[in-house]
Amino acid sequence: MKMFIRVLALVLLVLIISHPTADASQVHAELAHGSQLAGGPVRSFELPPWEDVQDVLMLRNYNTKLVVLSTMILGVASGFVGSFLLLRKRSLMGDALSHACLPGIVLLFIIMASAGGSGKSLVGLLLGASLTGIIGVGVVMLISSTSRVKDDAAMGIVLSVFFGIGIAMMTMVQKTPGQSSAGLIDFIYGKAASMVLQDFVLLSGVAVVIAALCLLLMKEFALLCFDQTFGKCIGLPVHLLDVLLMILVAAVTVVGMQAVGLILIIAYLVTPAATARFWTDNLRVMLLLSALFGAMSGWLGASLSALLPRMPAGAVIVLMAAVLFILSMLFGTSRGILKRVISHRQLKIKVGRQHMLRAVYELIELRYKTSAKLSLPNKSIHYANLLSHRTWSAASLSHLLRRGKREDHIEKFDGMHVSLTESGFGEAARITRNHRLWEIFLITHADIAPSHVDRDADSVEHVLSPEMVRELESALEAKIDTQVIPPSPHEFFVADKPEGEKEL
Amino acid sequence: MEPSHSASHPLAIHDLTVAYHRKPVIWDIDLDIPEGKLVGVIGPNGAGKSTLIKACMDLIPRASGEISIYGKPYKKQRSLVGYVPQRESVDWDFPVSAQDVVAMGLYRKVGWFKPVRKKHLDKAREMLSHVGIEHLAERQISQLSGGQQQRVFLARALAQEAKFYMMDEPFAAVDAATERAIVSLLRELKNQGKTCMVVHHDLATVAKYFDWVVLLNMRIVDAGPTDLVFTEENLRKTYGGKLSLLDEAAQAMRHGKSHK
Amino acid sequence: MTWMPADTSIVVVGSLCAVACALPGCFMVLRRMSMMGDAISHAVLPGLALGFLLTGSRASLPMFMGAAVMGLLTAYFTQSISKWGKVDRGAAMGITFTTMFALGLLLIVQATDHVDIDPGCVLYGALELTPFNTFGVIEMAGYIIDIPHSAIVLSIVLCMNLGIIILLFKEFKISAYDPELATTLGINAQLMHYLLMAMVAVTTVAAFESVGSIIVIAMLVVPAATAQLLTDNLKIMLVISAVVGVLAAVMGHISAIIVPPMLGFDGTSTSGMIAGSAGLLFMFVWLFAPRYGLVAKLFSSRKIEVPEMVASRDSACPK
Repeated sequence: MKMFIRVLALVLLVLIISHPTADASQVHAELAHGSQLAGGPVRSFELPPWEDVQDVLMLRNYNTKLVVLSTMILGVASGFVGSFLLLRKRSLMGDALSHACLPGIVLLFIIMASAGGSGKSLVGLLLGASLTGIIGVGVVMLISSTSRVKDDAAMGIVLSVFFGIGIAMMTMVQKTPGQSSAGLIDFIYGKAASMVLQDFVLLSGVAVVIAALCLLLMKEFALLCFDQTFGKCIGLPVHLLDVLLMILVAAVTVVGMQAVGLILIIAYLVTPAATARFWTDNLRVMLLLSALFGAMSGWLGASLSALLPRMPAGAVIVLMAAVLFILSMLFGTSRGILKRVISHRQLKIKVGRQHMLRAVYELIELRYKTSAKLSLPNKSIHYANLLSHRTWSAASLSHLLRRGKREDHIEKFDGMHVSLTESGFGEAARITRNHRLWEIFLITHADIAPSHVDRDADSVEHVLSPEMVRELESALEAKIDTQVIPPSPHEFFVADKPEGEKEL
Repeated sequence: MEPSHSASHPLAIHDLTVAYHRKPVIWDIDLDIPEGKLVGVIGPNGAGKSTLIKACMDLIPRASGEISIYGKPYKKQRSLVGYVPQRESVDWDFPVSAQDVVAMGLYRKVGWFKPVRKKHLDKAREMLSHVGIEHLAERQISQLSGGQQQRVFLARALAQEAKFYMMDEPFAAVDAATERAIVSLLRELKNQGKTCMVVHHDLATVAKYFDWVVLLNMRIVDAGPTDLVFTEENLRKTYGGKLSLLDEAAQAMRHGKSHK
Repeated sequence: MTWMPADTSIVVVGSLCAVACALPGCFMVLRRMSMMGDAISHAVLPGLALGFLLTGSRASLPMFMGAAVMGLLTAYFTQSISKWGKVDRGAAMGITFTTMFALGLLLIVQATDHVDIDPGCVLYGALELTPFNTFGVIEMAGYIIDIPHSAIVLSIVLCMNLGIIILLFKEFKISAYDPELATTLGINAQLMHYLLMAMVAVTTVAAFESVGSIIVIAMLVVPAATAQLLTDNLKIMLVISAVVGVLAAVMGHISAIIVPPMLGFDGTSTSGMIAGSAGLLFMFVWLFAPRYGLVAKLFSSRKIEVPEMVASRDSACPK
């Protein structure tokens, strides 16, 4: 994994160095603050020319290349951090944290600017962000643990108050002429179009460090998220790790503001991670996929934003991430809705089939069983008896019988009689045997009264595997004559046969 | 009689009081657990049994008192203490497998910043086989039954290779097979000379499983060998005047005595 | 500073906003849904944008309806994603509202040449410009009073909120404290829940013009939490939160005028200062509230009472 990251960084470096500088054409629409445009004629939507599309996708344009690549790298870093934030169930805290970073950023900007610099030094802003961000988190914990104000309200308080103070500070800087605050505003709203190589290297460097920390401390963070109490027992510095995680979130916030803007950064953290969860049950794979989805959203979003006018990059990136999320929620192979619906449906079909076959078999038995030694003949039974044997409606029973016919279990059925095929008969015998073995097992091996057995047995049987059946067989060898189905230990009540019925 | 904090006691508690919002939950706890016993901590709901265990491991702050593990404070003796928390203390919908969870007990040995290697996973599988679920090693934990999850927690504690184990309600809501497995594991640990302190809720099985008992209802009612301490009078003091409970307890004692 | 009529209108609008927000805010805090309030205040943006695009005017009825719908959708999507996707609830909320906010942002930027709406203003408002945005003029006892447009809108919403809460007070009360009990009593807790969400959404829209959607969360949560530390009575809590909100509005406005020159700046955002003032008030109450404040808790009887248990003396030290 570390190798992978190193290789990636190397590839990127090579890419950048090998290409000559291109023209810095402004293709990215910025979210301008305070600009008011007069109404004009209705614009029609034009598709960009194909050469432009190629330029963007192949990263031929130098500026676009920097923007898209930096967004992708950011996506990887936020995918990692976001996974742990999600698993720690602190997504909203992450939201509060990122909002609380604002006053620190503005403060450091003011300090650095008045100290004579441009005010945009990434390290300084990162420091400021972490400072107020961590203080914010600390205040949330403090309020919720020392008063009756609950943690959600505490988060809301910190989020809004810190952010409000940040806005007030920012406006102060803006409104004062002579202060070059343009850089700050762009930083907060994400004006990635004018990224220079130096910015790119710095941003990517921070992102790589974030990713590396996540990978190095993967098992520690995993334990923190899963069972922090046990972690404390084996000496894991739980609080330190929590603070570190929050610092990483603050770092992603600062770095991510360039691409996505402050308000939407939480989406970049949480959405790819949640998306990845639908595809796997393995933590390592989840981290990888989360990084992948983050990078994909970044690439798609930044490219689209560069291609089409009036598409603020941050919004498009978040929307791309959301599209990936919805697709994964529906179609994810591990926890997607579609998969669950399908497997539930398959289970229902299996259950229905087994109920039906067993019911038919039991009715045959009731009617034709002569002795324990002789095997049963495959006779047909009365539809009416079948209908009253279990609580199913005529419609659902017909449905089951139709399916049984398709599956070659049912020979024929009409309104009066139902008969099984040879294979159906064999299957019914097998099912009934399983069922009864389980019934006997439960009676002899557990304290469950016979009157409850049927219900329990039905549900247990439907998750039994062939191996389990063999286990039961060997356990009850002594009691069962393997040639014959043991009789059911409880009676069933069958409707009286209609008058004048003929034998078939 | 003042207990001494000799280094031979796995657990020695002196004057412990734990309070929550200024209301004491357990107070004036004086307790010495002898080595090599299977100790059951018994008491009604809300009596502070879990609190006692958590206080021993510095998981919750105490208002007063001293706790020592083999004569020294807990912080210095972490490697000697194994812990099995309550099953509902974690969200089992976490993307890890059974062997991943057991491997967490080995993290001290793995070391900081270092990845979990194959040899650690092999050790984890070995622990899982001790509790009889090695075949489930790679299964994701949300797909395990309650009893299997409990066994995973036990295997994790085993991986810690401690001398003194503290278990919080390991028998709660587990199936019969798991209960048997846990009991046989406890007996195996006792044979190896280890000590187990187990919070238990089922009076009927106390005499069968434990040779030492602590009766707790916010304070120690009594503590000592099961034969001597698990009496009707003590149970009345611990559980108060609930008649049905006394009947159950009386029956439990008859049942227990018949097993001696 | 000299107090001008412009100041009055700013403070009045700010106060109206604070009170309109404090009412549903109390229930949000009691139901532990404060962050949902934050989510909704972000998520109404597409509703706003659509309303603009369709009618081309501000504070129009379609816009409010669109906002209410967005509020309901936020709550609904959060629940659905959380339930069917088996996603942690906070994450579901985060995904939902950021996506909707991004959508709204996109719509607004696309539409900026159609209507004169400033995205920055939407986010954090321009309360300072309120006096210049008047709706009508009233003549009263020889004085001419300009009534700001946002004041009208906020007053209507305030009355609406007040009306709903008064009418359905006991239903809201039970749903806030015990939704399951409410359901057994025949009160549709779900309906109350969604009604509350809709109220928050509509209030957000009404406020966005003056304080902006992001500061709304401050007005929703902070005064309510402050009131929670001062009383156990729901009705009193509602009143106190309204008072605290108004106080924050006044303090915010005054500090917005006097603080920047003190620091060497020219001006600042009033809504930001209101949020800051609300925070200050909260902190003060958190420390010094008579029963639930930190100081009160620390200094009242530090001794831990151990009840006299005569029977407990029989516990012999085991050996």
